[in-house]
Amino acid sequence: MEYVIEMLHITKEFPGIIANDDITLQLKKGEIHALLGENGAGKSTLMSVLFGLYQPEKGTIRKDGVEVKIKDPNDANGLGIGMVHQHFKLVHNFTVLQNIILGVETTKNGFLKMDEARKKVMELSNRYGLMVDPDAYISDITVGMQQRVEILKMLYRNNEILIFDEPTAVLTPQEIEELMKIMKELASEGKSILFITHKLNEIKEVADRCTVLRKGKYIDTIDVSETSKEAMSEMMVGRKVDLQIEKAEISVGAPVLEVKDLVVASKQGSKKAVNHVSFKVSKGEIVCVAGIDGNGQSELVYALTGLSSIEGGQILLNGEDITRVSVRHRNKAGMSHIPEDRHKDGLVLDYSLQDNLILKKYFTPGFQKNGFLRFREAEAYADKLIEKFDIRSGKGRETETRSMSGGNQQKAIVAREIDLNPEILIAVQPTRGLDVGAIEYIHKQLVTQRDEGKAVLLISLELDEVMNISDRILVMYEGEIVADLDPKEVSVQELGLYMAGSKRGEAR
Amino acid sequence: MKQLQSILEKDSFSRTISSIFSILIGLLFGFIILLVSNPTQAVDGFLIILKGGFSTHAKGIGQVLYFATPLILTGLSVGFAFKTGLFNIGAPGQFIMGAFTAVYIGVKWTFLPAPWHWIVALLGATIVGGLWALIPGILKAYLNVHEVIATIMMNYIGMYLANFLVKSYIYDSKKALSMNVADTAVLPKAGLDKIFYNTMGTTKDLSTVNCGIFIAIIIAIIIYIILNKTTFGYELKACGFSQDASKYAGINDKRNLVTSMVISGMLAGLGGGLLYLSGGNGRRIKVVDVLAIEGFNGIPVALLALSNPIGTIFSAIFISYITQGGHYLQTLNFVPEVIDIIIACIIYFSAFSLFFKDYIFRFIKNRVQSMEEKKQERLEDGGEE
Repeated sequence: MEYVIEMLHITKEFPGIIANDDITLQLKKGEIHALLGENGAGKSTLMSVLFGLYQPEKGTIRKDGVEVKIKDPNDANGLGIGMVHQHFKLVHNFTVLQNIILGVETTKNGFLKMDEARKKVMELSNRYGLMVDPDAYISDITVGMQQRVEILKMLYRNNEILIFDEPTAVLTPQEIEELMKIMKELASEGKSILFITHKLNEIKEVADRCTVLRKGKYIDTIDVSETSKEAMSEMMVGRKVDLQIEKAEISVGAPVLEVKDLVVASKQGSKKAVNHVSFKVSKGEIVCVAGIDGNGQSELVYALTGLSSIEGGQILLNGEDITRVSVRHRNKAGMSHIPEDRHKDGLVLDYSLQDNLILKKYFTPGFQKNGFLRFREAEAYADKLIEKFDIRSGKGRETETRSMSGGNQQKAIVAREIDLNPEILIAVQPTRGLDVGAIEYIHKQLVTQRDEGKAVLLISLELDEVMNISDRILVMYEGEIVADLDPKEVSVQELGLYMAGSKRGEAR
Repeated sequence: MKQLQSILEKDSFSRTISSIFSILIGLLFGFIILLVSNPTQAVDGFLIILKGGFSTHAKGIGQVLYFATPLILTGLSVGFAFKTGLFNIGAPGQFIMGAFTAVYIGVKWTFLPAPWHWIVALLGATIVGGLWALIPGILKAYLNVHEVIATIMMNYIGMYLANFLVKSYIYDSKKALSMNVADTAVLPKAGLDKIFYNTMGTTKDLSTVNCGIFIAIIIAIIIYIILNKTTFGYELKACGFSQDASKYAGINDKRNLVTSMVISGMLAGLGGGLLYLSGGNGRRIKVVDVLAIEGFNGIPVALLALSNPIGTIFSAIFISYITQGGHYLQTLNFVPEVIDIIIACIIYFSAFSLFFKDYIFRFIKNRVQSMEEKKQERLEDGGEE
């Protein structure tokens, strides 16, 4: 069998790290080939090499058996290689059609000729069942639809090799199903697809073969139909992983956090980002707010933690009205917050690990005296947390946090927030971008908090996470809580319907 | 070799080296301009610049320190604001307002006894400088007006207001300068007059330097302590590095922003006071429509010192030294404007140290490493060295 693309013995180094170490990947014509690995395994680097964003130190790339040099994305495009990035590269105030032809406009005497382009786009759209409206503005269409625009962009450029970089991360279960259908359609029409993911279900469903990477090394290329999910997961992580989480049965105590009729204005438009939301979180339960990204979860958390102002409503913490008090007051009253964006909010990246670990304690008597920092205490405290939470870094507490890995940065935040001994822990996507080991660890920490009788409010986009560790699920859609569900009684499919707004339940 | 490597990895060392490197590049650039403008005297001219304050012996060195004093303060002002994430371009305005206040108190409040008079005058300068920065600080914190715009505006308001006030209250119309301050308001010499003078026959030609330089150094140390040892400094730096993370940690970022701006202005204002409370042969306020150069030179001083308060002392002295050297260039055939260009080039090029820091270091480290490797290879190949 001929291979359309062969990447042979690719080695790509970055200062201090070998991102790709002698990796070989061979893509057959018309197949869907999954690239499986944890974060940091080198998947993205490998694809960036193929797409011309990086130059490998060693190794060759062959197209249809002929060696080629790919110096930049234009070269890649010329060879028929297209990529759907994880974060779409679309112009929001352009129409679908304008976005698709951007860069390859058909012109006559310097004037745009849209008619031909429109015809071709519609033809492609119908052929692959993409069903896009060419005149809709990107800002008005759903994320799933935006992704199809990206796919159309590749098709419009006659790309034969399509790279999908974690395409399902932003989609609802229904949209994922649609995407899978489209991918199969594309493959049957002779396109070759490279599909980057760390989700085993999706690989099982759609891929023909799968190449596994671990820590920059090539592990194996397997036939998907002949390999079990467990085996793949073991190849990916390098050890057996327990994906199920043990939770003790405990009874729910008194309410800790009470939110009444909360309204938060939206930054754009007149719609409310959070629209009359009410709920309670009690001692000994993990309440999870599920929903598709951008449905008001971030604004809800910003309002709860005091980082943004609210329009109306009331927030009670252990009966105390904290609606209008400062962030510091909330922290002292027992609110901990693992923020969504660890780089923007969670850490002062230019500070050392030690300075970040005392970020919420430096003003307490243990760490300062008459306004002067007590460095010895801070050092001891930092060392204690580093050991207890197994935070790994190059130079211990002196390490600049910017240089640490994402997982360890997250561990540092988790350590700091949990060690505050909070009444309520608000964790926003605490496992985003982390590898399986770190995810396991952070889930255990959250469950430990709950088992100790603390209240946990978890905001998550990962359905597995939602189903696995929560005691109660609140579904948020367009700023409203549209359902209050029990994870034991609801299926993933049903949850997806709530998240997409096509079903509404009664909030308890 | 190992030792060399460990020294190279030290941050303070790398900072110092990068500053020195950029000074050298600045000097090289200055030399090129000398060559272009006057090839025959370029080498002589360059030597004069290098000799700097030494050209006129002990007095010259005194003058270097005298003119370095306000630069230390304005450098601290810019550097402090920068450490807390703000660009204070308003040092000229804060400086001149502080200067006016000091001279006004020095001339008018003669009821104050000796040490108190100059102390009060300096305090006045500090407070007014701080007030001048308070306005942009508040605008930034509560109305989101960018501090660069606001401070530049305040520079012009400050300059014209100071001109107006000097003319109205403390103007010596014969010299077209501000009046002499009372003797009680002149900063004491603190023994410096016994070191920095030239003998002219039987008389001593004294330098203007006074205890202001000590005050400046003490302030630099205090600022260093505030930034590095206190919770206040910890908060300010956190705000500077990341306003979002500071807010998240419960730090009152708006209040810190205003405080930081005010402290920055106080430093610049104090610099104005220190320069102008210097007695008979010292500086007087000129009523001209030019922004105070001491204020603007605070920017290269801070950049060259990479905003480190202690480093600011040295970079201010360096820039004062070079500027003095420039003055002596007039003994050769150089047009005064060209001299200004040369000096400005040296100063501003030197201030590029920030850009050089990483680049130079990677280069040196790579060299050291490759030398190590070669040595290793030689050892492996030959088995002996």
